[in-house]
This record gives sequence, structure tokens and C-alpha cells, in this order.
Amino acid sequence: MIAHHLPVIIVLVPLFGALLSALTKRGAVAWGIALIATVLTLAATIGLLGHVLHDGVISYEIGGWAPPIGIEYRVDMANALVILIVATIATVIMPYARVSVAKELAADQQAWFYTMYMLCVAGLIGIAVTGDAFNAFVFLEVSSLATYTMIALGQSRRSLLSAYQYLIMGTIGATFYIIGIGLLLTITGTLNFVDLAARIAVTPYDRAMLTALAFITVGIGLKLALFPLHVWLPNAYARAPSTGTALLASTATKVAVYLLIRVYFNVFGISNIVGDVPVLELLLVLSIAAMFFASFVAVFEKNVKRLLAYSSVAQVGYMILGLSMATSTALTGTLVHLANHAMMKGAAFLAIGAVSYQLGSVSLERMKGIGRVMPVTMGCFVVAGLSLIGVPGTVGFISKYYLVVAAFEKGWWWLAFMIVASSLIAVFYVGRVVEVAWFAEPSKEAAKLKEAPLSLLLPTVALAAACVFFGVDASLTAGLAEAAANALFGGSL
Amino acid sequence: MEVIQPILAHFNHWITIFLLVAGLYVVVARGNMIKKLIGLSLFQTSVYLLYISPGKIFGGTAPIIDDKIEVYSNPLPHVLILTAIVVGVATLALGLGLVVRINEVYGTIEEDEIFTQEDDEE
Repeated sequence: MIAHHLPVIIVLVPLFGALLSALTKRGAVAWGIALIATVLTLAATIGLLGHVLHDGVISYEIGGWAPPIGIEYRVDMANALVILIVATIATVIMPYARVSVAKELAADQQAWFYTMYMLCVAGLIGIAVTGDAFNAFVFLEVSSLATYTMIALGQSRRSLLSAYQYLIMGTIGATFYIIGIGLLLTITGTLNFVDLAARIAVTPYDRAMLTALAFITVGIGLKLALFPLHVWLPNAYARAPSTGTALLASTATKVAVYLLIRVYFNVFGISNIVGDVPVLELLLVLSIAAMFFASFVAVFEKNVKRLLAYSSVAQVGYMILGLSMATSTALTGTLVHLANHAMMKGAAFLAIGAVSYQLGSVSLERMKGIGRVMPVTMGCFVVAGLSLIGVPGTVGFISKYYLVVAAFEKGWWWLAFMIVASSLIAVFYVGRVVEVAWFAEPSKEAAKLKEAPLSLLLPTVALAAACVFFGVDASLTAGLAEAAANALFGGSL
Repeated sequence: MEVIQPILAHFNHWITIFLLVAGLYVVVARGNMIKKLIGLSLFQTSVYLLYISPGKIFGGTAPIIDDKIEVYSNPLPHVLILTAIVVGVATLALGLGLVVRINEVYGTIEEDEIFTQEDDEE
């Protein structure tokens, strides 16, 4: 009975968790509620994944109204993977949140932080699970509004400014997305992804359709921080509370990438997009620009949180690169990178959050010799950093392996060369942090510090260990990603 | 007349496009945070028109089934836009809330003045 309702439960649990957190007004109680809600969500997600693996695609009718009139929640391998990423990261971060949030936020703001945390998770899972274009917009805004508030809760007064700037950019992005969906609605008269795909397939591909595609691409592009629409991201990530940054960096952009993949592969159909206008070629150029430009900027960044944020922009480049190659292998690379990047960026931001907890700063200058006094924390950072570079034995290698193989399959040896070349830039920005943290003499200030508390270390170590584990044995992540890519290439949903 | 005809036939879209671009222009061109939000609201509101106007069918009526009526207007856009209005209001409220807080800590809501303060800090 309950198993049948799993697709909606994974959205409702965090949503009600948010409501309860808001009512408690006490940080510790709200944390308990959030912990229970995330664990339940994760359990439900794993149950859902089991169902999808066993029975194939699951379709759930909201309120008993059959699609395409009613809203449909539709779970296949692709979104099951994305939901699993969101639910896992949200749960793993929870033990970390308690200590970190208690230190960084005022007592009366802590319950609100958990409310926003839960709302953000509910929104992100909602985008992934829904099979309705307009419903996806509503969830997009739920998660976005929660994100703006979460960023505004940061310590410095600049957090408010970053939140405001992200609100302006994010709202423009979401509005572009509904303009595109509105045009599709006018052309086809439907909003259900499956129904849209069926009707678009028999509609001549005219200028109105192309306009819709353009609006949707730019709208989602803003949300996933596709170069050059990424300007909101570094400030937002750098100034949010540590826990918030870790959640956003590992999940928010991934869900937006998923939505773009869904629209490209299932709604329009990838063969339709390869038309007169070189959409995919354009995305290819932008993603290569992201890989090089953002990595290059990261090399000169002095604030480590901003450095990692620019690295995120570059990593999004790899994801879109896989999408724009539009082959099964490349898409597997993109999907496995969604999971892998969540682990490595999660670990990196948690480690830096722990440094910020002990040191009170994330500027590179003040982090001199911090590796010697906080060896476990910075050890995790090194593992995450090696993953960002793509060293064999870490998850980053697995993602890049698929992308390079896909490039060779297409005969684009130059692209394979560029993927490797851009990874070399990552050596410099990761290397800078590692050099300062491990090889410089600790300053008087740093020498007095101790290792971070256990509750901060455990989630960090867990994610760093996952980076190595799934780097050595990628059968689980790559297997899921491959099944997801095949589901997306199956044409129909 | 042949030139004007297609323009007049789609006059609702011309109004939509005008509002859309005007709103976006205000967001980009103005440094006052409240004015930016007004522009953003205008931009979002233009989308309501984009959805609602094609839903109207001349001579059509509300979609309540009756033997005497054959033409109905599409109710779906109205419902969608009702949701979009709620989202728009929430965004505007949050945006204004942030501006109030920014005014408290910076003492101004002009972007260029805030950036000068930021430069002094660094």
C-alpha cells in the first residue's frame, strides 16, 4: 500500500519536515526533525529505486487524475539516480549540520535554516520526480526560494547581497523556463512530458518550437550555471553557511542538469534538436569554455570556497559536454559525473567548512600549515581534490574515462585532448591549496588549533571514502548511470 | 492593410513582448534594488499574458458542460497562472525582505553605493 505511494512520499516527507521545523523555533528540535525526515526520505528513495530496477518505469497519478490531464509523477532509472543523489547527500550532511549550524547561525535562525534545508530538498526531489513541465517549474521555484533564504542566512552581510543577486538571476532563469513551456503549451496543448514528446514528434519543427527550445535552454542554463550564465554561483556558494554550501554544491546544479537532459532527450528528442540551428554544437563550445575559463579563474582565487565554486562551474562544463556529444557513452559519462561530482564536491566543501569551523576563515593565506594540525580534514580535501583532477583510483577518473572514450568513439581526438588538458589546470588550483595547507609552516594562529570535532569529520570522511571506493569499483554508480542513459536513449519515457 | 493585418492579428503577443522586454530592461538598467524588483515583477507578469491570451476563444464560454453550448475557452492557462501568480508574489516578498535587511546593514539600496562600500572593505 505504502509502496505504491513512494513517488509522492519522497516529496511530502521533507515538505512536512520543513513545516514542523518552522513550528518548533528551536534549533536542536528542528535538527532532530530534519534528521528523521532525511533518513525517511532516503529509505523511501532506496525502496523506490528497488521498484524501478525490478518493475521498470513507475507512473503515479497525483490525486487519481490520469495523465495527461492530471499531474503525473514518473520515475525511471534516470531520475531515480538523481533522487538517490539528493536524498543521500541530504542525509549524509545532517550529522555535520548540527555542530556547524549551531556555531555559524544565531540561535533564533537555526530552526529556519533547517526549514529552508528541507524545503530545498523537497523542491529538488520534486523537480526530479515530476513528469509535468509546469509542476517542474513550481518545484524549481520552491527549491530556489529556499536556496535564496539559506544563502541570506550566511555570516557576513555580503550573504544578503549574494542572495539578492541570485534571486534576480534565478527568477529570470525560471521565468525563461516557463516562457518556453508556455510556447510549447500553445503549440501542443499539453504539459505532460510523455504527451509533449508524442505531440512534438508529429508537429513540424518550426520557428515557434525553436524559440521554445531556446527559452528553456537559457532558463535551465541559468539554474545549472552554464558558462557564461554562471556569475551568480561563486558568490552564492562562498557566502552561504557551510552546511548550505555543501548541500547546494552537491545537489542543486545536478538536478538542473537532469532537467535539461530530460527536455533534450525525451521531450524534444535528440534527433529533433540536431536541426538547422547548431544547438548541441553551441552547448559543446560553451562547456569547453567553462572547463578552461572557470578552472583558470579558480587558480587565482584566494578564498577557498570561491575557488571550489569556480571549480563547480568547470565541472558543470564536463556534464554539459557529455550531453552535447549526444551518444550513449557520453551521456553515461554525464550521469555518472552527477553522482561522482556530488561526492567529491560534497567532501571538499565539508572539509573546508570544518576548517572554517576551527579557523574562522577560508582565505588561503590564513590556512598555512593547516594540514599538519587538521590532518584528517585536509586529507579528505586532498582525496576530493584528486577526484576533481581525475586521478585514476578516484571517481573523477571514472567520469572523465567515459567522456574521453565517447570523444574517441566520435573520432574527436582533439576533444579528448582538451578534456585531459583542462584537468591539468585542476592540478594547479588543487595543488595551490594542498601546498599551502601541507607544506607551509603553520602560523602561530593555526598551530594552536586541533582536529575538527567527530561529527564534522564523519560525513567528510564518508564522502571522501566514497570518492575512492566508487573510483576503484565503479560497477554500482556506472551501472546505474548506464541503465539511466539507456532509458533516456530508449526514446520514449 | 496586408502589412498591418498580421501585426493586428497578434496584438496580444506584441503587448506581451513589449512588457517582457521593458521589465527585463529595468532589471538590467536600474541600480536601485526596489526598482529592479519592480522590473522583475513586470517581466514575470508579462508571462501571465503569454499564457492567458491564447486560451481565450472568441465566442467561447466557461468550461461548464451544457447542451446549448458548443465552444469553450481553455481553462488550463488560468489555473497555471494562478499558481504562477502565487510564485511571483512569494518571490517579490522574499526579494523585498532581502532589500529591507540590506538597507539595515548597508544603509543604502543603491547597488553602486554598496559596491563602493565593499571595495573599501577589501
